[in-house]
Amino acid sequence: MKELRRIFVNGILDENPTFRMVLGMCPTLAITTAVSNGIGMGLAVTFVLVFSNLVISLLRKAIPDQIRIPAFIVVIATFVTIVQLVVKAFLPALDAALGVFIPLIVVNCIIFGRAEAFAFKNKPVPAMVDGLGMGVGFTLAITLISAVRELFGVGTLLGVRVMPEGYLPMDILIRPAGGFIVLGLLLALMNKLLPKKA
Amino acid sequence: MNGILTILIGSIFVNNFAMSRFYGICPFLGVSKKLETAFGMGMAVTFVMAVASLVAYLVNTFLLIPFDLEYLQTIAFILVIAVLVQIVEMAIKKMSPSLYQALGVYLPLITTNCAVLGVAQLNVTEGYGLIYSVVNGVASALGYTLAICLFAGIRERLEVGGLPKWMEGFTGAMIAAGLMAVAFNGFGGLI
Repeated sequence: MKELRRIFVNGILDENPTFRMVLGMCPTLAITTAVSNGIGMGLAVTFVLVFSNLVISLLRKAIPDQIRIPAFIVVIATFVTIVQLVVKAFLPALDAALGVFIPLIVVNCIIFGRAEAFAFKNKPVPAMVDGLGMGVGFTLAITLISAVRELFGVGTLLGVRVMPEGYLPMDILIRPAGGFIVLGLLLALMNKLLPKKA
Repeated sequence: MNGILTILIGSIFVNNFAMSRFYGICPFLGVSKKLETAFGMGMAVTFVMAVASLVAYLVNTFLLIPFDLEYLQTIAFILVIAVLVQIVEMAIKKMSPSLYQALGVYLPLITTNCAVLGVAQLNVTEGYGLIYSVVNGVASALGYTLAICLFAGIRERLEVGGLPKWMEGFTGAMIAAGLMAVAFNGFGGLI
């Protein structure tokens, strides 16, 4: 139990995929213009992570080492297709906002990295917990980035006006350049406040 | 002709893959420490993206659509790309060992470069035909190469710039990329 908790927390803090490992940057930068997008993308990635980790862990003895990469890709792509179809059917607004970045979860290096580094070497239950921890860590990180961008770039949070009437939104933050700059500043802040354990 | 020109300018400058659409950011940050490797990566990606656009179009038009299998698009495209990268790797190894040496590690990495899958998906979403798909693939890849080479140039200077400790590495590079994106923003009015 203690071990499982350590694996779970590892994904959120020590090896946070966004702030510590700097993985999966494409969706992190592209869709974090509104908090709702951040949460939606985070949940989609978490779902794929948990189940692809589970399946890959179950199949770890059946998959030969030489062809593990194509095998991982097929497993991951299957769950991404499930997410894609579900979001299209039930959340059309989210589908329009995330667009091509939902199918692109297939090549998100967080998922690939966890399959290779963890799921392929561990039992199913720890693998699922690892997927959940990484997914939650990713969701928290991109929700934080989108909160900063939406709050200062539009003046709202989840579509509700937070900033006072007279606030002039910093339009650049919700443009592409803002993604790089906000992420860079947050990374700098993390490095300053919580120095890496060497 | 006009349409092709619009796609060329649009994909190289206005909707630059790295600077405005955010495709292929992992290699953009990972392989941009040196100008030379950045250029090699750009060229390899250009080749794979051109062929991937062509093959993905053929697979989609002649296999997936006739058999009503469009929901398999993502899986089909990623497999096509994985196979393609493997073939390219073997071909380069046989034909030009020196180029193979230079690209080495970056070749297999192209499979997980979301720019390649991104361009295949984008061509389908935009409803491009055969020629437009290939032109879009090549133009997007050239834009990507342009951005990664410029960025590598900036990073080479940053190395000797003496940044504070907590701004070193990805952090400072990210801010530099942001400022570069501001410049690319200026192309917005071109088309």
